[in-house]
Amino acid sequence: MRNVTAIAGRELGAYFGTPIAYVFLVVFVILSGIMTFYVGNFFGRDVADLVPFFTYLPWLYLVFVPAVGMRLWAEEKKSGSIELLMTLPITVTEAVVGKWLAGWLFIGVSLVATVPLWVTVNILGSPDNGVIVLSYLAVFVLAGVMLAVAAWASSLTHNQVIAFVIAVAVSFLFVTSGTPLVLDAVRTVAGDAVADAISSLSVLSHIDEPFRGVINAADVVYAATMIVFWLFATSLMIELKGAD
Amino acid sequence: MTGLLELDGLEKRFGSVVAVDGITLSVPAGEVLGFLGPNGAGKSTTMKMATGFLTPDAGTARICGFDVVSYPVAAKRQVGYLPEGAPAWGEMTPASFLKFCARVRGFGGEDAQRAVAGAIERTGLEPVVDRSIETLSKGFKRRVGLAQAILHDPKVLILDEPTDGLDPNQKHHVRQLIRDMAPGRAIVVSTHILEEVDAVCSRAVIIDRGRIVADGTADELRTLIPGKKKAGLEEVFRFVTTGQEMVDA
Repeated sequence: MRNVTAIAGRELGAYFGTPIAYVFLVVFVILSGIMTFYVGNFFGRDVADLVPFFTYLPWLYLVFVPAVGMRLWAEEKKSGSIELLMTLPITVTEAVVGKWLAGWLFIGVSLVATVPLWVTVNILGSPDNGVIVLSYLAVFVLAGVMLAVAAWASSLTHNQVIAFVIAVAVSFLFVTSGTPLVLDAVRTVAGDAVADAISSLSVLSHIDEPFRGVINAADVVYAATMIVFWLFATSLMIELKGAD
Repeated sequence: MTGLLELDGLEKRFGSVVAVDGITLSVPAGEVLGFLGPNGAGKSTTMKMATGFLTPDAGTARICGFDVVSYPVAAKRQVGYLPEGAPAWGEMTPASFLKFCARVRGFGGEDAQRAVAGAIERTGLEPVVDRSIETLSKGFKRRVGLAQAILHDPKVLILDEPTDGLDPNQKHHVRQLIRDMAPGRAIVVSTHILEEVDAVCSRAVIIDRGRIVADGTADELRTLIPGKKKAGLEEVFRFVTTGQEMVDA
């Protein structure tokens, strides 16, 4: 555990060691504001809640999370520092979890930066703050899932751009597989059972209920399974491919 | 006599290329082993397997008795390793970098401070401790890598081209450091600078195409060419790796 926190701490320092991190945070906050007020039609709805914000966040995460995760392993491979890291007395699992944790905390910081939106709706009206808290938790966990995918993509290559593209593509599948667009098409072609199976793999189908203020064991299990699965896949890649 | 570092039939292939083809070596305490060979002979690959970074296709390495394949963490605790080119995290300062290494190596509080301060002092990093590593000169970068390798006073030191690209003063300093570290430790230094063998090594191994082709003290190597009592190391190197004597020696 101490190794995990040491690695996460170093990695988090690396995020904030460059001005890019701050540019990133600012862009994220501005974009999430645009999503909420313009795309989500916040004022037109005339309801003081954060539904527009949370609804569009998964789509924003589709590019934001891979951008956070793409450097995790690709950068180490490119600079050769992976050799240093993996010859320290740590396990691959500790390194994989520590790095993922750092990226997740970074995303957590970006979510905290959107708290003014929350304050705003409380000034404008009286939203259900319990639902908002749960929604924040849900999108944070969603980011953790997508970041695990991005970490895996990063472990495949020493090129950050390739890692980014792979992460976006795979995340896109997991997000869109929950949209009516995909599900209706599948339902027509392959029937209800297949459509339901695909839907149950989608991140969107597991985020609906928390957005309505409901905690469901199935959603928690889904998120935990996804994170463990993708981090395990990352460990395998690092173990098998090393610096390649 | 069992060595602190033992390589036992190490093999590694990349696709159809055999990089390391059965290397067996034992390095006892107090020995500084020069690991020589032409570029691409498998020096770095062997060192990467010895330190547990690459998994061997066959054979294994033992560090202080710990098998790197079966007990990687225990083995890695006993090794200091300078990878080729001395990679580090460029955005960190030498101070924060070494602090991180100390922490991962199990040092806490004052012990960590003492270990970091000792490594900084022995490698002469004082003037640059608070500058980011990516802005340092090649010589200082190499010293940062060395500091990281000796920080925990390891029993086994594996240095991949520690003097490559350094100026004569820096080379002298690194060699002095290696000599100072030698007692009680097993040290392996890869190099293609033959003068290094006379300067620091008590024994030299020459490998070619993944196999050991010569093994002995510098003086023993000098007798390897038939008909010559005292050949130059360069001649011997060429002789054992290409089978040719130098035309003009």
